[in-house]
Parts: sequence; C-alpha cells; structure tokens
Amino acid sequence: MSRSRLLPLTGILAAVAAWQLGVSLHPSSLIPGPIAVARGIGELAVRGLLVKYVVASLFRVTWGYLTALIVAVPLGLALGLRRRAEAAINPVLQVLRPISPLAWIPIAILWFGVGDLSAIFLIFLASLLPLTVATMNAVHNIDPVHLAAALNFGIPLRARITRVLVPAILPQLIVAMRIALGVAWLVVVAAEMIAVNSGLGFLIVDARNAGNRYDLVIAGMVLIGAIGIVLDLLMRRIERLDSVRWGYAAE
Amino acid sequence: MKNVTMQRPMQHAASNIEHSTFEKFALPLLTVAVIIATWSAAVEFSGTKIFPSPIAVASAIGTLGEKSLLWRYIADSLTRVFAGYAVAIVAGIPLGFLLGWNASLARAVNPLIQMLRPISPLAWMPLAVIWFGVSNAAPIFLIFLASFFPIVVAAMNGVRNVPPMYLQAGRNFGLSTWQLMIRVVIPAVLPRIIVGLRLAFGIAWVVLVAAEMIAVDSGLGYLIIDARNAGKRYDLVVAGMLLIGVIGLLLDTGIRRVEEWISE
Amino acid sequence: MKVQFSDISMRFGAMDVLQDVTISVEEGEFLCIVGPSGCGKSTLLNIAGGFLSPVMGTVTIDGDPVTGPDRRRIFVFQERGVFPWLTVEGNIGFGLFDLPDEERQRRVAQYVHLVGLEGFEKAYPRELSGGMKQRVEVARALAVNPDVLFLDEPFGALDSITRLQMRSELLRIWRAARKTVLFVTHDIDESVQLADRVVVMSARPGRIRRVVEIDIAHPRDLSSRRYIELRDLIFGEIGLAHQV
Ligand SMILES: Nc1ncnc2c1ncn2[C@@H]1O[C@H](COP(=O)(O)OP(=O)(O)O)[C@@H](O)[C@H]1O
Ligand SMILES: [Mg+2]
Repeated sequence: MSRSRLLPLTGILAAVAAWQLGVSLHPSSLIPGPIAVARGIGELAVRGLLVKYVVASLFRVTWGYLTALIVAVPLGLALGLRRRAEAAINPVLQVLRPISPLAWIPIAILWFGVGDLSAIFLIFLASLLPLTVATMNAVHNIDPVHLAAALNFGIPLRARITRVLVPAILPQLIVAMRIALGVAWLVVVAAEMIAVNSGLGFLIVDARNAGNRYDLVIAGMVLIGAIGIVLDLLMRRIERLDSVRWGYAAE
Repeated sequence: MKNVTMQRPMQHAASNIEHSTFEKFALPLLTVAVIIATWSAAVEFSGTKIFPSPIAVASAIGTLGEKSLLWRYIADSLTRVFAGYAVAIVAGIPLGFLLGWNASLARAVNPLIQMLRPISPLAWMPLAVIWFGVSNAAPIFLIFLASFFPIVVAAMNGVRNVPPMYLQAGRNFGLSTWQLMIRVVIPAVLPRIIVGLRLAFGIAWVVLVAAEMIAVDSGLGYLIIDARNAGKRYDLVVAGMLLIGVIGLLLDTGIRRVEEWISE
Repeated sequence: MKVQFSDISMRFGAMDVLQDVTISVEEGEFLCIVGPSGCGKSTLLNIAGGFLSPVMGTVTIDGDPVTGPDRRRIFVFQERGVFPWLTVEGNIGFGLFDLPDEERQRRVAQYVHLVGLEGFEKAYPRELSGGMKQRVEVARALAVNPDVLFLDEPFGALDSITRLQMRSELLRIWRAARKTVLFVTHDIDESVQLADRVVVMSARPGRIRRVVEIDIAHPRDLSSRRYIELRDLIFGEIGLAHQV
C-alpha cells in the first residue's frame, strides 16, 4: 500500500473530518454531522424508502433519457446529412435550447399530471436537444474521405448508416450522451422537488418540510452524488471501447 | 495538406450558392409557421380552455411588457446568474490551473470534486436556505455550484493536456514558471476553458430557473410558477418560457461573441 | 482503351481549374499524373472516380460514361481513408458485404497476406504505422477486385524510406494483378520510378503539357542514364532547374 494509493482518499477524508469538526464546534447548528447522516441513510434503508426512491428516480431518468436518445440520433443524422432540413430546423432548435427544461414544469403538469410521466417528459426534453445538436455536429465533422470511400464501395444505404455513419459519430455522441445524462440527473432531482411525490428530489424537500430532518436531506444529497458518480463512470467505460477510442486524443 | 476536397457526388460546384438566402431565412420561417399553425389547430380542435393559443401568448407577451414588474424580474434573474457565474469563474479557473499543474494535489482533491459534482445543485437548496436564508444569496450560491465544477474540470483538463512539447519549447527558451504559465499554458488552454465556460453557463441558466421556482419570489422562474399557481394563467406561463428562451439565446450569443473576441 | 478523358474542363466558382484535358489510358497501364500543387490533379482524379462532374467533357471507362462512384474502380486516399473504427480485417472486408461469411474471410486472409499484414488482422488503425495503414487501404481496394485503381498521392504522408518500400510493393502487386492504375503525385522521381507513361500538367488552370513514355524495364535502375534523362526532361517541362 503506497502513499500514492492513499492520496485520492485524503481529500475526501479531510472534507469529512472538517465537516465533523465544524458540526462539533457549532452544536446548535441545524446541520447534522457525517455520523448522523450515515444513520439517516440506515433509517431510510430500514423504512424501505431507500430502494423505493432510488428506483423511482432511476426509472424516470432511464425512460426519459432513452426515449430522447431514440428520437435524437435519427433526427440529428437527418439534419446533419440534409442541408435543407438543417436550414429549416436548426434555428428553431437554437431558440428552444436555452429554455430551461424546468420551465416546462407547469406544462408538464398540465399535460401529464403530477406523476412519473411529467418527470419523464422533462428529462426527455432536457436530453433531446443536446443529443440532437451533438449528433448533427458529429455528422458535420465526419471526414469526407470516409463518406466518399463508403460511396465508392457501393454498399447499401442501411450498411452505410450502420457501418460508416454511426461508428463515425459515436465517439462524439458518447461524450454528448455522458453530458446529457449528467443534465438529466440534475433535472430529475429538480422535477421531483416540484412535480412528483417520490424519488430522491422529493426526499430532500419532504425531509425538510416534514420536521426539518436535515440528516435525511443530506442523506438524499449523498445518494444523489453517489448515483451520479456511478452513471458518469459507466459512461466513461463506454468511451474506452476499442471501436470508439480512435475518436479521443491519446492520453 | 489534405488533398481531397470532396463534395457530394456528381455535384456542380456552382449550384451551391443560389439558394442560400432562401435557405437561411425562408426555411426557418416556414418551420415556425408550420409549428404555429399546428399549435393553433391543436388548441382549436382539442377545445382546451386552459392551454393558450399562439395569439393568446402573443397578447400575454404584450401584457407582460407593459408591466414594470417584468423588467424587475429580468433584472433580478440576470443579477443572480451573473453573480453566481462570476464567483465560479474567479474561484474555478485558478483552482483548475492549480490542480492541472500539480498532479499530487489533483490526486488528493479530484475525487472530492468528482463526488460533489454530480450532486444536483438544486439538492443543496435546503442547506442554502439554512446558510443564506430566503435571500438573493441562496440562488446565487446554487448558480455558483452549478457552474463551478464544470469550470474547474475544464481548466484542469486543459492544463493537463497542454502538449509537453510546448512546455519543453518554453523551458528551452528559458522562461520561468510564471512566464511559462502566461505565455504558453494560458494561451494553450484558453480554447478548452472557453468551451467549459459556455457549458457551465448553460447549466447555470437551467438551475437559475429552477431555483427561482422553488426558493425566491421574483425572477423569470418565479414568473412562470406564479402565473400557474395564481389562476392557471397558462398564456403567461408560455410567454415566460419564450422569454427565458430568448434571453438565454441572447446571453449565449453574447458569450460566443466574447469567446471570439478573446480568441482573436 | 480503358479510360478515356475527352476535353475535360472544370471550374470552381469563377476559378478555372482544368482546361481541355484529353488522355487515353490503356488497359493494364500504370499512368502517373504529375504537376505543381494546386493544378487540378486531384480534381481530375475525382472526376474520373465519379465524385465530381466536369463543367465540360466526359470520362468514359470501357466506353461507358462515368456518372458516379462505382465499386469496379476504387479510389485510394492517403492513409486517412482507412476507417479508424474497424480492425484491419474489418477494413479489408468492408467492400465485400455481399459475399457469404466464409468466402469473405477467405478473401480477407488472401489480401492480408498479399500486403504482408499477417498477425495484425485484429489490430485497429491507431496501432499501425503510416505505411501499414496505407497497405490496409490498398488491400481494401484490391479485395473487391476492381479493374481500375485511382491513387491520389497515396504515399505523400510517409517517410522517404517507407515510401520507397511502398512503391516497390505497389509495383509487385500491380504486376501480379494487372489493374489499370491512375496515380497522382507531385513527386517527379516517384512518377519516373512507377509509370509506363507520365502525364505532365501545367500550373492552374491545369492543361496537359506533355506525355512522357518511360521506356525502362522493371526493376528500374535509379542511377541509369535513361532514368536521369527522363527525370530531368520532366523537371525541365515543369520549369524547374534541377538544382538545389
Ligand atoms: N470543392 C472545391 N471547391 C472549390 N475549389 C476547389 C475545390 N476542390 C479544389 N479546389 C481548388 O481547385 C484547385 C485545384 O485543386 P486540386 O485538384 O486539389 O489540386 P492538386 O491536387 O493538383 O494539388 C485548387 O486551387 C483548389 O483550391
Ligand atoms: Mg491533390
């Protein structure tokens, strides 16, 4: 066990220690220490809320995100390949993009009521535009030589899409997917704070409103952070696949 | 030299230019017209009493414009977003440089950053309220959190990925560490940082709206949630959304301009 | 007559790039096109490949006018043409989509052998040197058994030793397979080493200045009188004194 192995832990340990110290110095503070938070997580697990809320949040993210991906990739490919389509639609995308997905909350509630569907819709919106624009830009960045070679060998359209276009955009698309997933995770928490009655975002709001249980608030934050890290790591795994590694600068 | 400058197959090079004005202006307008027509028709045929037609939204925008309240809300939102963003830049870029430059420090601190980063800034809301009360400082803190981590990570990765050849060349010419920073590292990482800054601003804008929906009683996010809660004025809701979109686009364009200006 | 360029003219916007280019290429011939940078060599080759259409004139292959890219004649780019997301095998088998798996594997193995890449079948392009990538591209082109190969400065990005090796390999392959080859280069030595005939083009707008027959048997002795004579003839034709 060398020093360099321990180094990555020191930052986290120091932060936890500082947190504990800060709490001991201000015993009157509402903020609970790390031990109370750990106990809070335990309590959530015992009450069955831990699994229930984590599953609820992940369920919403999964459906909203996958639906967006399924719509965005073909749309982005079409916009990237057809200059006319891009000229017609891209300006509209650029105006819609800065509308915070959360600004759609009232409309989501109007259309889908308070529940899963609203949250899924918001995540869909949050992921759709970045993924579409990223796909379109990735198509623009394809080396024209590769497209020319594909034409030259006369391979059928379907194979041209699956064996040339999609692999060519994949490295850039995966980066965009990772960023979009991060935003989706952010949006689901916000959506759950406002528009739904379950999930990790709801846990935070509910724990505060129902009796200032700040141990549970921070427990919720820790869970959100941990799951966010796992999602990010999973996406980074994909970036190491042999068939996409060419697209990233050598490390 | 890349030799092959290929167009689509069998295309006359001259024919590209003629349609460009049509494509640039008429096509997007056509799309907008189709969207508005579909929207109108959908409102018409569904017979909804709640969801507004495009005309109702247009008149709502007019109503909003007459109220001085609107301008105050816009000013509040802009103040918050720029304050949080500015603090994030001032704190984030130096920290990112430090972590990019000093590998051991990065190994110690980076895991902590990676752990805090995915915590949705909005999840900090209850703590922000304890620390700052229901004031402007709470949403500013959330905006700061939202933009701080992307900026730190962009600066750190930028510095790490400066080609060693540049540093060698700099040292070769006898530059001190400071000179190396200013004359080699900063120019080399600027493009990456700028990308990070724009990304961060996009997230800050998302968070701002949400924060204003939950934590305060002014600003564009509040405008939307208030219009809904106080009497289901969905015409005002949609007008507010459009306003958020247009202002966001203007700010994004502004940031792009600054980028272009910085990178000459 | 395999490939016939008849009165080809090309223009990009207001810029004339090619003027009245007429060339006849025999079946099985190795033809080099040389000329100063920017004179329209790549443009001419892209027209023959069906990637661009000329403003005037026609290209026919076997008497049929060229209307678009066609897998019977393959364009070889500098090594950037290999697909970085496919292995060596995947690249070489790329054009063989219509063959049954077994037949395709057999053909791939055959061409891996031809270009001497045994042992690298599963490697990705990023693990290969520039010369090896260029071999992959040549093998990919040959694997679909085209009757014409277009090569646009294929060895331009290689170091000079690898470049020499690749030239003799290309000649070996060409002699074995007897394809018609149109080879664009701005390297005059390269053209005299490889070609049956060298087409010398003028600066833009590109026109044919002269066609030089290289009447030296392979393998060519690069210090022979005739070699130096022909090389200097072309240097002179392009307007360069052969001195440094
Ligand atoms: N698609 C294109 N559009 C506009 N100009 C082009 C295009 N392709 C080539 N050109 C121009 O035509 C001229 C000839 O180009 P090229 O055929 O590539 O020359 P060479 O291969 O002989 O160096 C150059 O000036 C080049 O800039
Ligand atoms: Mg060229």
